[in-house]
Formats: sequence, structure tokens, C-alpha cells
Amino acid sequence: MIRLANMNKTTRSSLFTYALVIVAFVIIQLLRTFKDGGVGSVLEGQLIPICAYITMALALNLVVGVSGELSLGHAGFMSIGAFLGCSAAGALVHVIPSAPLRLAVAMVVGAILAGFFGFLIGIPVLRLNGDYLAIVTLAFGEIIKSLLTNVYLGVDESGFHFSFLTDKTNLGTGGIQLIKGPMGVMNTLRISSFIAGFILVMIALIVIFNLVNSRTGRAIMATRDNRIAAESIGISVTKYKMIAFVTSAALAGAAGTLYGCSQVTFTATKFDFNTSILILVFVVLGGLGNMWGSVIAAAALTILPEALRQFADYRMLVYAIVLILVMLATNNPTIQGFFARLRTSAEEKKGGAQ
Amino acid sequence: MDFLTLMDYLIRGLSLGSIYAIIALGYTMVYGIAKMLNFAHGDVIMVGAYACFFTMSGMSPMFEAGSVSAMVVPALAGVVLSMVVCTVLGVVIEGLAYKPLRQAPSLAVLITAIGVSYFLQNAALLLWSSSPKYFTPIVGSGQLRVGPLSISYVTLVAIVACVIIMVCLTMFTGKTKMGKAMRAVSEDKGAAQLMGINVNRTISMTFAIGSALAAIAGVLLCSAYPTLTPTTGSMPGIKAFTAAVFGGIGSIPGALLGGLLLGIIEIFASAYISTQLSTAVVFGVLIVVLLVKPAGLLGKTVREKV
Repeated sequence: MIRLANMNKTTRSSLFTYALVIVAFVIIQLLRTFKDGGVGSVLEGQLIPICAYITMALALNLVVGVSGELSLGHAGFMSIGAFLGCSAAGALVHVIPSAPLRLAVAMVVGAILAGFFGFLIGIPVLRLNGDYLAIVTLAFGEIIKSLLTNVYLGVDESGFHFSFLTDKTNLGTGGIQLIKGPMGVMNTLRISSFIAGFILVMIALIVIFNLVNSRTGRAIMATRDNRIAAESIGISVTKYKMIAFVTSAALAGAAGTLYGCSQVTFTATKFDFNTSILILVFVVLGGLGNMWGSVIAAAALTILPEALRQFADYRMLVYAIVLILVMLATNNPTIQGFFARLRTSAEEKKGGAQ
Repeated sequence: MDFLTLMDYLIRGLSLGSIYAIIALGYTMVYGIAKMLNFAHGDVIMVGAYACFFTMSGMSPMFEAGSVSAMVVPALAGVVLSMVVCTVLGVVIEGLAYKPLRQAPSLAVLITAIGVSYFLQNAALLLWSSSPKYFTPIVGSGQLRVGPLSISYVTLVAIVACVIIMVCLTMFTGKTKMGKAMRAVSEDKGAAQLMGINVNRTISMTFAIGSALAAIAGVLLCSAYPTLTPTTGSMPGIKAFTAAVFGGIGSIPGALLGGLLLGIIEIFASAYISTQLSTAVVFGVLIVVLLVKPAGLLGKTVREKV
């Protein structure tokens, strides 16, 4: 305990986050194994999406919280990961018979391709700043969505068949249609599992904490806090912002693959502007730069609409009201002052005990 | 590609662009003065359209079918009433949700605006259900013949409305005391307050004007594309926001230019490239423009000082 108290604040916060995720995972797994009915059918169906959204929130927090750039198009990276990752999984169905291994390969493919697109998009985007950067990421998100809606992709003995706008894939016998334009991705075989989701969240946490608490991470935060000062001491702003952006895009791609492979079928419209906003809401509610906050906010807000089912038609209305009230409450000077007083008095007590 | 079709597309583009420009004016004024992205603006459009729809369908049985008053009175009443409803709505939203966050970080305000947008959409869904309503255009479906060209009345009204609104707004911000106060607040809030300008009232006024414009835009939008659902406003809202950034956010002529260009590009892209890809083309052009001129077409580039 003394060692814990003397630990570096960032180390303590990352250990706390790891512990939080592991404990939650163990409890849910125990419930699923030993209790009749597991965690309830509602939560059971939401487990994989929750893991995907937690990863998305962590990834976006890296861009918005740590690197300080508002991105409104992160669902675009998620959809690249979902479409291409799940296509890879579909194409490899005969090559890799083991589902978990295929999912792992698919997630790596999704992450690499999303990271690559993140790099391409980052070149123009990171030259801008502020609201202009936000609108360009929004634009890219919409472009990715309308392009993916028109992609037809299939695979058979003679290799991949690709066509755009109209279906000209003409697959041979035994061929698999992977992406079918506006109908979206089919044949995912639902290979995602909760354990894979947990591993992805842990990998995201490890990647992000190691990045943030390194020399690179400090350089990223320096460019966020003062671009000019950071440049003046020789930090290449574009390079460090790019590192954060590409890492985030790759994690979002892996999350997309996880999500996509948990659905029977999905379309590109699933990953529209509203999804980007939804993830941004997780990040802001959890606290900018605060990773465990993102984890809790993403999990809570994914369950909330399901938990509000008893309100039936009113649930999204209640969700909106909760969102507004939480934002008003957390930014209310009186409430903020109350918490600040609480914190100082707790610290005084701790100081007195030593 | 003959000249006539080209002109036809151009006029349709101008009409759509005028609607985008009217919506973009609301975005750009609120951004210029309150420095916030009001994501609920698109949903105010939708509320305005519903208000007009219900007024018109409620009033039209009162008049003899086919008479001149049956054509004019319900439409006029619908427009006026929807402007009143939206103005009140805009001021109420500003007072309840945005005013307490005046000192809060801009992201908190953004999320609250998103919350308001969800609220309006879902309230509309509960009140008026998700089944689409078929909007009767506020002007007849006739066409005006100019030589070989035929222009529908709706198109004409949209363009004329946009021009009138632009002239009025330019006069308002340039000549009146309130307009001066608005420009002062957008320049420097603190200094404006020291000069005796009521900043809160100025911001409320901006929301009132922006929302009234949203009502007009909603009526015009639904006259041109007559299906009305609770999510009618969101996509035009996003596109108009893009238009505002395109022209340089915070600049009133910029919103007009951005809106018109966006409308024309969209119509031409769907005519000559592909309907499915028109949105992608619009956003692609936006990205290219922002790369060449990072503050938009008419935006001021503010030099950063160390």
C-alpha cells in the first residue's frame, strides 16, 4: 500500500485502468460460466459491441484528449476495419480453419489498413487545426462511407474480384461474395468473441499507456499544449500528431473488425456521422485524456439505451436529457467547487496522517 | 452536354445552394458570435418544417379550394408561424442548454448541442412518428417559362428568398445598433461588455435570427424535397455546416458563397458523375479547398502571435 501511494501518478492511473478492465472481465466471465442465464440476454448481446466501443473511445481519446485534435470522422476508420477486416476473414475461411486465429489475422489486417488510411488522410488533415481539422475529418468520414457503400468485392479460385458502383464481380462456382455494395458485408460467420474483445481492449490500453508515458507521448502532449513552443524546441509537430493519429486509426480499425465480425451482416451506414459523435460523447463524458473514464463511459453509455428499454419509446429522449444534464452538471461552477473542496480536504487529511 | 441542360442544372444547383446558404447563415452567425458549433441547428429546420406543415394542413380546409386565398393564406401563415415557433425554440434552447456553459470548454458545449439535437429528433419522433409526411409546397407546382428554359416556382422562391435574406442581414449587421453589437461581440466579448453591450442578450438575439432563418430554410427545403421525417434536417444541416466552413466560418458573404457553390457542385456531381457519389464529391471538393485556403474561401486568416 505504501508503495502504491508513493507510485508515480500516471503509473497508478494506468494500473488502476488495467485492474478495472481485468476485474470487470473476470466477474462477467464468472457470471457467464456459473450463473444460470449468465449476465442476462440483453447484456450478453452487448458484450462484444461494448468491447469495440471501449477500444474506439480509447483510440479517439488518444487523438482528442492526448493530441488535442477534434476528430469527427473516427467511425470512418472503424468502417474500414470492419469492411476490410471482415472481408479478409471471409476470404481466409478455407485457409485458416481456426476461428480465433482467423479473427486475429482479420483484426491485424483491419488495423494495418485503417492505419494506412489514417496515414493518407493525416497528411492533408494535420496541416489544418481547430474546427477546420474537425470538419475535414467529418468530410473524410462521409467520403469513406459513400465509397464503401458502392464497393463490390468477391473471391473465388481465380482470386479477388473487385468492382465499383455496379456489381460486376461475376464469381465462379464456390466463390464468396464479401462486400455487396449497399447491402454491406455478409458471411462474417460471427467469429468474434467476448474474450477476443477483452484482449483487444487490453492491447489498446497497453499501446496507449506505453505511448503516452514515453518520450513520444510527452512530445505529443507538448504539441497539444503549445504548438509554437513545441516547435521552437525542435519537436516536429506534424510527425508527432501523425503518430497519434495513425495509432488511433489502427486501433479503431481493429475495433471495427471486432464489431463487424460479431454481426451477421452490416452496412456502411452503420458507421456514419452519428457513430463518430457517439464515440466522441464517450470520450468527453469520460474526461479528455482520461483512459479509465473512457472505458467506463463507453460501457455505461452502450448499456444505458438497453437498460432504458422499460421506457420503450422514450428511451432515446431520456438518453438525450441525461446527456444534456450530465454536461450541465459537470460544468456547473457550484458543483465543480464542491468537488474541488472535497479533494483538498481529502488531501489535507492524507497530509496529516503521514 | 448542351447548353440548355447545363443551364437547367445550374438553376437547380443555385436553388439547392440558396437553401444551404440560408441554413449556413444560421451556423456561421452563431459560430461567429458564440464561438460554438450548434449541431442542433439542423433539427431546428425540421421543427420549422413540421410547424409549417401542420399550420398549412390545418388551415387549408378553411378556404375554398382553388381560390386565391386558399393558395396564399395558409402558406403565408405557415411560414410566419414556423418562424415564430423556431425563434422561440432557438432562444429557449440557448437559455436552457448553452447559457450555463458560457465559460465551459468548447467540447462540452459541442456535446450539449449534440444532446439537444438528439432530444429534438426523438421528441419529434414521439410527437409526429417516423412515418414520413408529404409536404405541400408553399407555392404552386407550376413553372415559369423563360425562353426555352422552364423554372419551377419553388426554385425561384428559394433563390429570391436567399437574395432578400442576404440583403436584409447585411443591412442589419452593418447599419443597426444591434448589428453593431453583434460584430463587436464576435470581435472581442470582453471588450464589448466593457463598452456597455449586453453580451447575453446579443447572443440570444443571434440565436433568434439564426433559428428564424432555419424555419425559412426548413419550409423551402421541404417544398423542394417534400418528404418530411424527424431526421429530415440532419443531412442538410451537416452539408450547410460544411458550406459555412467552405466559405469561411464566421463570415456572412462566405456562407452565401459556400452554400451556393456546394449546391451547384452537388447537382453537377449527381448529374455528371454519379448520384451515389455526389456527397463524396462535395466533401472531396471541400477538402481540396481547405488545403489551398485553410480558413475557407472568404475567411480571415488569423496570424498566431507568440
